[in-house]
Amino acid sequence: MNKQRVVFAASVVVLIGVFAIGARLFQQKKAEQLTFKAQQSFTTFVRPHSQVLGAEDAKVYLVEFTDPACETCAAFSPLVKKLMAAHPDRIKLVVRYAPFHHGSDGVVRLLHASTRQGKFWEALEVMYKSQPAWASHHQPQPELLWGFLAEAGLDIERLSKDLQSPELGKVVEQDLADARALGVDKTPGFFVNGKPLVQFGYTELEQLVQAEVAAAYPK
Amino acid sequence: MVTKPQPDASAPAGWSLLFACWLLAATATAGSLFFSSVMDLPPCVLCWYQRIALFPLVLILAVGLFPFDARVVRYALPLALAGWVVAGYHNLVYLGFIPERLQPCSQGVSCSERNLDLFGFVSIPLLSLAGFSALITLLVVLHRRSTP
Repeated sequence: MNKQRVVFAASVVVLIGVFAIGARLFQQKKAEQLTFKAQQSFTTFVRPHSQVLGAEDAKVYLVEFTDPACETCAAFSPLVKKLMAAHPDRIKLVVRYAPFHHGSDGVVRLLHASTRQGKFWEALEVMYKSQPAWASHHQPQPELLWGFLAEAGLDIERLSKDLQSPELGKVVEQDLADARALGVDKTPGFFVNGKPLVQFGYTELEQLVQAEVAAAYPK
Repeated sequence: MVTKPQPDASAPAGWSLLFACWLLAATATAGSLFFSSVMDLPPCVLCWYQRIALFPLVLILAVGLFPFDARVVRYALPLALAGWVVAGYHNLVYLGFIPERLQPCSQGVSCSERNLDLFGFVSIPLLSLAGFSALITLLVVLHRRSTP
């Protein structure tokens, strides 16, 4: 009887151990793959149409693939600002679109159309803030956004005219293609100077940013 | 001396069989969690139905081990059979014998989406079907042996 208990307990330990080791190995391999994919040219990370926030001469590029309808992206928005404030003039935030939610591409088109009025960051902010109202239950309804965008100071008439531009579709397609090339399959997807955030989390992002800032600005 | 069958007479052999069942269920559970939690392969609706049948088996079979109770087959076999039926259906969907529109996956992950193919033909639904089949076989053998 005692022997049976030992066999059982040993099996439990072995199973959990194999699981943990397997998980570790898999994540290491994934990190290698992501890093390999990220060895792409600079243009895959920053396209001419990409919106950039931060000092002109900042050496650290924080590239974020975001979906305005993604709750975690909205939750990360203040954290990213906090990160940038912690390293003033050293970080450039580049926003890329990854509209993975069904219906998000319409929202992204709306967001990018706001750049014509120079109100991209205002539009993004209000989209994140009012997200529960227009994207509840992961079902983005771009038509509910107009009121919020007007409140944020956008000229709605001009926005609806700009929205007709065929260029917007190309921008979305390009960003989605880059997301695929870089192995981004969830949002938000972060890259710091081309290095992917493998283990997702704010602390992990903070560490990655700190490491890259330290590398770019040696004391 | 007329005796009833000794409760412990067939215990060592029966215990090993039941332990094999438990090990199989536990390995399958760990594997399924590995696919979803580590490899980030989202389980489709049919996968979830199979998981509902599989996960409790780990606990039910373990309870039957200490102390050894062959009647655990009565509780475990219905779950294994239910899992086997769903796994069989899933394989038919996966292989295209049941048309896409008949499958109950209206949103989320498609049940016929190919996520993993070991050696070119071993898919996740096939692993599940093989697992449930082996489990049912072992449980039936255990049942035959423990009933005089």
